[in-house]
Amino acid sequence: MGKVAIIGVGQSSFVRGYPGTIKELAFEGFREALQDAQITTKDIEASIICSAPEYDKQRSPAGVIAEYLGLIPQPTFYLESLCSSSSMGLKVAYSMVKAGLHDSVAVIGFQKMSEISSAESQERMGRGADIQWESPFGTMMPAYYAMYARNHMATYGTTPEDLALIRVKSGTYGQLNEKAVYRKSVTLDMFSDPESTMSSPVASPLRVGDCCANADGSSCVIVVNEEKAKALCKKPVWILGVGAASTAVNMVGRDLFNGLTVAQQAGEQAYKMAGVTPKDIDVAEVHDCFTIAEMMAYENLGFAKPGEGKELIRAKETYKDGSIPVNVDGGLLSKGHPIGATGGSQIRTIVLQLRGEAGEIQVKDPEIGLVHNIGGVGLYGNVSILGR
Amino acid sequence: MGKRKIDVRFSKFGTVSFTSTTKVNDFIDYLEQGKVMGTKCKKCGALFFPPRADCYKCLESDMGWFEVSGTGKLVTYSKLEYCPVGFEDDLPYVIALLDYGDYKVFGRLADDLPEEDVSVGMELKTVSNNLPNGQLSYVFQKP
Repeated sequence: MGKVAIIGVGQSSFVRGYPGTIKELAFEGFREALQDAQITTKDIEASIICSAPEYDKQRSPAGVIAEYLGLIPQPTFYLESLCSSSSMGLKVAYSMVKAGLHDSVAVIGFQKMSEISSAESQERMGRGADIQWESPFGTMMPAYYAMYARNHMATYGTTPEDLALIRVKSGTYGQLNEKAVYRKSVTLDMFSDPESTMSSPVASPLRVGDCCANADGSSCVIVVNEEKAKALCKKPVWILGVGAASTAVNMVGRDLFNGLTVAQQAGEQAYKMAGVTPKDIDVAEVHDCFTIAEMMAYENLGFAKPGEGKELIRAKETYKDGSIPVNVDGGLLSKGHPIGATGGSQIRTIVLQLRGEAGEIQVKDPEIGLVHNIGGVGLYGNVSILGR
Repeated sequence: MGKRKIDVRFSKFGTVSFTSTTKVNDFIDYLEQGKVMGTKCKKCGALFFPPRADCYKCLESDMGWFEVSGTGKLVTYSKLEYCPVGFEDDLPYVIALLDYGDYKVFGRLADDLPEEDVSVGMELKTVSNNLPNGQLSYVFQKP
């Protein structure tokens, strides 16, 4: 069987309070991907629509969005794995194309987090854990990642300043990304300045500056078989590896508290499938919903040994000109995190990098890129490896 | 025909309970008696906390109860300055995880045990408590 390629990528701007419907939002990323691939809706044989349903008023969004995008009567369905939904979409699209079921599949991620009121959003936040045994204690997403940060600090001597350095890097590149929701630079001083929002505690040891912002946004990735890729595209980007794993939602079902097992496992699968090692990765997008999440990603993906992620960021090795550039588009911390659209946005960045079309943030001549996308607090993990 | 009575004891668990019926509703009765209990598979002996009605290891549903006793090691913790809807009166509070070896317990530090007085690795015990809103829960305390 032949190879599977990505021939088009697109994303909307990530914004607060998108002034339109979820259909109109999805259209923005979709149109850009079709224009990028220079194809029409007739060239797409199936669509996978990815989001986290708790933010939608529309029941069963897949059919409604597919109709708006002109993708009927082709088959469409909905796919959800929280924040990694569109990376899971890539894996499923890869499987469908590889199996010969369809020549081309569009993976469309979207999230309009402002679709519901902030009170409704706060209520849903409390149900992001095991609702039977954890939510009754008043848990929320930042507090779980904070617990990982606490254990990482206690085990390895990582400091709050090390985490802040990751946010400083994010700001460096976020200000260059015209599609990012947060486009300002961030300095280390802000984290020690009580007047700055960045220093305000959220869930110890994490502060506002350690957390990404909610946003509305959409993304789209066009996946095709080898024959179609060669016929339609001058610079196809090949899908070399797609790993995925899951674990216990409840913290009591886990054994590792300074790293995410799903990232390790999905990474190992993807490296093996692609026949590469961490040293072969030239540019990476990792799921930095919180600064600690990027720190753990360095270690879980093998860019650094366990506990040595802090050395990478201290030495600026994950900057654009470092040994392993990570999140040089500003990451989730600057771009914002529209749950279902996030993975597609990460994939888009890596595809542009591999084509040499990333503009100001272009890394020097990358051949192999990696996307690490996590759902929930390491409940789902996806790692995808792409090559030119 | 009378309506079948639904056992909603679990709605008593925690500041806000998000589910009211479970096959391990006896957990609530034990909490009322001051005991924090997990389940043990009668066939393979596996211990489960929080309690489960079904053993995925041997597919049995014949479970007994055991009491969470002694101390567990504090794995990690975090003090929350923001909260989901319904927990406003509790702020700030500290969620935490204890490792008992055979199982782990997720919960909160007792209100009179501030974050500054704990550190990763220290031994704490789990005790049942009554919440101001009439609900039942458990907290971690110094032994």
